[in-house]
Amino acid sequence: MTEAMTNAHKSAGEAVLDIRDLRVSFATAVGTVQAVRGVDVSVAKGETVAIVGESGSGKSQTMMAAMGLLAANGKAEGEALYRGANILGLPTAKLNRIRGAKITMIFQEPMTSLDPLYTIERQLIEPMVEHGGIGRARAKARALELLKLVNIPQPERKLRSFPHELSGGQRQRVMIAMALANDPDVLIADEPTTALDVTTQAQILALIADLQKRLGMAVVFITHDLGIVRQIADRVYVMKDGQVVEQGEAARILTEPKHPYTRMLLDAEPEGRKAPVTGESPILLEGQKVSVAFDLDSGLLKAPIVLKAVDDVSLAVRQGQTLGIVGESGSGKSTLGRALLQLLPHQGRVFFSGNDISNKDRGAMRPLRRQMQLVFQDPYGSLSPRMTVGQIVTEGLLVHEPGLSAAERDRRACAVLEEVSLDPALRNRYPHEFSGGQRQRIAIARTMVLKPKLVVLDEPTSALDRTIQKQIVELLRKLQADHGLTYLFISHDLAVVRALADWVMVMQHGRIVEAGPTPVIFESPVQDYTRELIAAAANNLSG
Amino acid sequence: MATIDQMPATDNGNAVRGRSLWDDARDRLLANKAAVASMILLAAVAIACFLGPLVLPHPYDAVYRDFVKVPASLEAYPREDQIAPALESLLRRGRVTVDTVEVSGERVTARISSSRDIDPRLVRYLDRSDLFRNGEVADLAADGKSATVTAEVRRLHFFFGTDSNGRDLMTRTLIAGRVSLTIGLLATLVAISIGVIYGSVSGYLGGRVDLLMMRVVDVLYSLPFIFFVILLVVFFGRNFILMFIAVGAVEWLDMARIVRGQTLSLKRQEFVQAAEALGVDNAGVLKRHIIPNTLGPVVIYMTLLVPKVILLESFLSFLGLGVQEPLTSWGVLISEGSRNVQGAAWMLIFPSIFLTSTLFALNFIGDGLRDALDPKDR
Repeated sequence: MTEAMTNAHKSAGEAVLDIRDLRVSFATAVGTVQAVRGVDVSVAKGETVAIVGESGSGKSQTMMAAMGLLAANGKAEGEALYRGANILGLPTAKLNRIRGAKITMIFQEPMTSLDPLYTIERQLIEPMVEHGGIGRARAKARALELLKLVNIPQPERKLRSFPHELSGGQRQRVMIAMALANDPDVLIADEPTTALDVTTQAQILALIADLQKRLGMAVVFITHDLGIVRQIADRVYVMKDGQVVEQGEAARILTEPKHPYTRMLLDAEPEGRKAPVTGESPILLEGQKVSVAFDLDSGLLKAPIVLKAVDDVSLAVRQGQTLGIVGESGSGKSTLGRALLQLLPHQGRVFFSGNDISNKDRGAMRPLRRQMQLVFQDPYGSLSPRMTVGQIVTEGLLVHEPGLSAAERDRRACAVLEEVSLDPALRNRYPHEFSGGQRQRIAIARTMVLKPKLVVLDEPTSALDRTIQKQIVELLRKLQADHGLTYLFISHDLAVVRALADWVMVMQHGRIVEAGPTPVIFESPVQDYTRELIAAAANNLSG
Repeated sequence: MATIDQMPATDNGNAVRGRSLWDDARDRLLANKAAVASMILLAAVAIACFLGPLVLPHPYDAVYRDFVKVPASLEAYPREDQIAPALESLLRRGRVTVDTVEVSGERVTARISSSRDIDPRLVRYLDRSDLFRNGEVADLAADGKSATVTAEVRRLHFFFGTDSNGRDLMTRTLIAGRVSLTIGLLATLVAISIGVIYGSVSGYLGGRVDLLMMRVVDVLYSLPFIFFVILLVVFFGRNFILMFIAVGAVEWLDMARIVRGQTLSLKRQEFVQAAEALGVDNAGVLKRHIIPNTLGPVVIYMTLLVPKVILLESFLSFLGLGVQEPLTSWGVLISEGSRNVQGAAWMLIFPSIFLTSTLFALNFIGDGLRDALDPKDR
């Protein structure tokens, strides 16, 4: 330990955390997978370093390995020097003195990082009492102090709250407070804002930047979002396939990227704009005063609390048009999409091709289903894991063209897979063998096989990397041009909406805040809320 | 996890068969040593039970009155030192005096004499016993007062010993295995089929249908099992098939609840909603999306249900409501063995070895399946 201390003095002022030639491999059923292949990352006191890369680039595994948090089948080699002492492969007891105290982590998912059974207070205090060895009363005072530090409103009350009573942003603040409890030297933030709305995202980023300035710790920011890098990072490492392909000052990387991969990441913003349809185009889908209400907490004896998820929304979509519905989570945009497709009971009236389809039952809707389709956000959840891609893609044909022979169905599956640029030879494989972007293509193929008129796209690009997003946007645009499709594009991602939609509707609390042609909404928004959204997303909206 | 990008290139047009989740699970299961050993053991037990009785020399209901409760042994019965006294006592029943007895290999020869005429039919005493066969009277003296009796010694093997009626325990253990394994598997299949269909329908339809269907389950739960079985026996008489129905009719309740719980979480999944958006009807959603995705836990539960059913059958048989003599099951044999444990421990030991090793194997397979189907570190 003394040796380590002298080493620490030598390198103090330089790197607090210095990862050298780190290699991570996973033993799987199909052989060893090299996730990280020799990565050097260092971060100095008071510095913010961003590790950027797409999913599967090994950026998270690098930090997980350094923290000794790899999955059971993972193996790490190399060095991770904390103040000059190697912490890689330390026994858990020794590692725990550093991990969670001096190097702390916050994760992407604030929903699952907190235990739903305990109050915030208890979750904050417990580690301080257990590891910090301080008394309960002092820990309590410290917990309150921490919540104030991360700017949680009404900190005294929030201490007694349970995680489900807090919003996503507040939970992420609590996670940050927990990470700060023992005055860490290094804070590792693994995509801490990805699961949050744009406006909340901006607040959390500002909070982390502010805390760093005040506490002087080093921050390692793992992200796929170059907008975030632009805002807070001093230095950037760009990772691809387990290797650092480029590193340097953030300002330089963002303005003069050298590596082609960095350049690709930088201009991965979806391009192009959609030309508006003419006024003569017939109205395909019309909603009049559509409302959806959910009964919450309905008991036998008490009156149900009614949540109006969609409140009195009217809209009209013309043939060939793309209507972008924009809003934060909880704004009712997905609920509206499902209600229009008659997948949820609603009030008000919905017309499809001039026919009233309001609250028709499943049997009556079945013939119409073929013309109106839905693509989901999560390409992992929307494909049945026990069916082959061919079966998934042709399931609609079983319903709408039951007379087709198996050979004919197979032929159609090949054709539609080719249309979404997937190799038809892969049709006998299962969804888990595909990447996220490929799965979203499969989900799109499933709707396209029926040759629909209207497709409701519910955040189809949100779970994907930027470069994949761009490809999916291209694909959607091509399909629209080829088949004259009408899209209802639901998203919180303004960049994608701007590229795809010719008419935008902004929703908040189940109501329409503002609607109009895309250029008008983006360039001269009238409502404050729209302005706020656009400002928060400004990092991703260049030019 | 490998995605397509990392896999070898595919021939165009020549569709590649994918690896299903089941394929992955099978590989993981085969990598589990305890599970594989258990499967081999279970297969060995099953083969022994179904083919063994065909090969063994003793019928399962054959009674050897001379070998009641003989201990398990690799040597043949009768033992060498038993032959001469046994022969003497048998011949003495024919009212003759045994002068000399000579045992040579498979044959036994005795010089007999009598004060009266020797009736050659006395060899029937020998043939009737379990020790000798082909008894003959030779060298009958002219006065009919003395003769030589020869007979073959039967060499009987009782590897597991015999029970209190003198029946070969090995054959009976294997026959009992047939009954126990058949009931275990068939009753489990009955329970699983009813439970999966009932649970998935109830969970998927939801609302009032779910409420009603689950209250039916609750009512059936509250029915005492033994009372239910006695009722069935009273109405339909004792019957082998009745056991499947009785056990299956009770055990599907757990299955229905498990599958309903699974279905409730599955029906919120996007792939189910996607199917609904495609216009797939209830039967299609259940058949293609819900049931295949519940099968993981179902398979695991099945391996736990089989031992449970085997034990339940033993319990019923113990009460006299199950299989009847001379047919038997492991439960019956064990209950008999436990009564004779002081004098004839083998009667308890051998059926117990079979039952416990089967139960252990099934439990290990269940554990292995759970790990294989629900891997945490993928």
